[in-house]
Amino acid sequence: MCICILYLNVLSRISGSQATEVKVSEVEFNPNFVSRMIPKLEWSALVQAADGLGHLQDLPTELIADYEANEDFLRKVHRVLLEVEVLEGCLQCPESGREFPITRGVPNMLLNEEEA
Amino acid sequence: MAIHCSRTCLQYLIHLAHDNVDFRLPEIMALLSLRGKQFDPGENFEEKSPFWRLNGLSEEDVKSIMARTVCAKSAFELWGHGRTHSELRTSLLKYPTENMSPFLQKDSTYKINVYTFNKTLEFEDRIKKIDELEYLPFKGRVNLKNPKHTFSLLEDYGMDPNNIPETPLYIYFGRWISDGQRELIRSHSVKNRHFIGNTSMDAGLSFIMANHARVKAHDLVYDPFVGTGSLLVACSHFGAYVCGMDIDYNTIHGMGKASRKNQKWRGPDENIRANLRQYGSEKLYVDVLVSDASKAVWRDGVLFDAIVTDPPYGIRESTRRTGSQKDSVNSVKPFEDYVGDSHVPVSMAYHLSDIFTDLLNFSAHHLVIGGRLVYWLPIYRPEYCEEMVPLHPCLRLVSNCEQTLSSHTSRRLITMEKIKEPEETDALAHLSDPHFSVYQGHNAFREKYFSGISKRMLTGKEETNKIANGGE
Repeated sequence: MCICILYLNVLSRISGSQATEVKVSEVEFNPNFVSRMIPKLEWSALVQAADGLGHLQDLPTELIADYEANEDFLRKVHRVLLEVEVLEGCLQCPESGREFPITRGVPNMLLNEEEA
Repeated sequence: MAIHCSRTCLQYLIHLAHDNVDFRLPEIMALLSLRGKQFDPGENFEEKSPFWRLNGLSEEDVKSIMARTVCAKSAFELWGHGRTHSELRTSLLKYPTENMSPFLQKDSTYKINVYTFNKTLEFEDRIKKIDELEYLPFKGRVNLKNPKHTFSLLEDYGMDPNNIPETPLYIYFGRWISDGQRELIRSHSVKNRHFIGNTSMDAGLSFIMANHARVKAHDLVYDPFVGTGSLLVACSHFGAYVCGMDIDYNTIHGMGKASRKNQKWRGPDENIRANLRQYGSEKLYVDVLVSDASKAVWRDGVLFDAIVTDPPYGIRESTRRTGSQKDSVNSVKPFEDYVGDSHVPVSMAYHLSDIFTDLLNFSAHHLVIGGRLVYWLPIYRPEYCEEMVPLHPCLRLVSNCEQTLSSHTSRRLITMEKIKEPEETDALAHLSDPHFSVYQGHNAFREKYFSGISKRMLTGKEETNKIANGGE
């Protein structure tokens, strides 16, 4: 069984063709929460996912130093983490290529019997 | 006793509600630890009593605890106490006047309440007791509707409702600081929640769990058996961002049969997100997924500040995991009906002990150091022993509180705290752990739960037959 990798609300290996419905909404910005989330993320995966969804905008490809104090930067991360949502699409495992559907904003990670 | 007492020498009196008694101390201790404070009770501390005296705290500490607790009703700055009114008087006269006077000013208003635990007092008697306090230097005017300062005389008539003494066993007098959050039990009641399921956690217990888990604002909290999100509602109330997972597609999507009595199907706005929206916490919603908690879907590494969950016991919700046909000898079909495609492949019985082993292991890997795991452990009481509580080398057991469900079953709220990162050797440690085999027996929890019921039913039938046959 392959272990598929998930990056919380930011999805790995999502390309434009795979996300058929993306929604951007306004969510209250909380710099403290965003700062604390950054060390938990794999930055390159975040950038790749955002890019795949067409929402990279000006998010830097490398994590900047001293980001805690940089409100501008934190707001960009906030947008991608909490404001951009895939409603319909799929997640793809970078190892196996297996796709997991996303319906109404919820990914379904259940494997079929043959794959278990 | 020093004549001049600095503010930190003050004692505070916490008046606790008389329910979920076993859960109170861990809750207060967890909330104190959020302030970096220890639990330091006065002499003759009795955990079961509704009155606790605490040392070493500031008024800010007390207000912070009261802003979170659902176990405590109110908190007071303690001015005096004693076993009789005479002792109380002596104690009050010893209390430094410079600590009293800011609140007894001529130009301020006040009110004195009388509270009696385990006794009802007539109005006239209450007035008499207030009058007895005339030795206190109150200079302001009484205002019953909107006083600037409120004081309370609290009398403890013991814990036995069948043996209420004439005079109180203990008396306290203090200045009211603030009330606890017991109102949340009503305002967040599952009865009025948009989206519920058969096993949605009641509001009081969900807030207790969030407190045991030391959930704080801007934390990321996860529930691997999220169901309808009751625990996420409580955690988000305290400002945490929340996410969850469940194997049941219909519950996550808010579809299928409703759990309410007069409702057949769930409406369009019934899902976890809608529950958060109902209480104004939608901005704290991170994500939910349909997945199997026994399978790895998360990236390695530290992700969560707290894990708060109520795993299935296999009674009202089935315990399930995905597996292949060849793995399961007795594959268990889920109880619930499904709308359309169930999206769940072959289900296997997810043995209870495996659920907890996996949960502890998951927590050891994915919690921050100092982060807490809070979960319910179902117990068959006749066979329970402390050794059954699962342990893990990376997690310290903080508390274990029992809630009785029936004569032979209960559930225990277990709180654990991560103390170190897992190493290679830890992965197999549990196999040699004596706890591992002891809880294995509980896999038969379902059978034991139902056997108790069928035994009683059988006895009933035998009795009925005896009577029908004209007795023995």
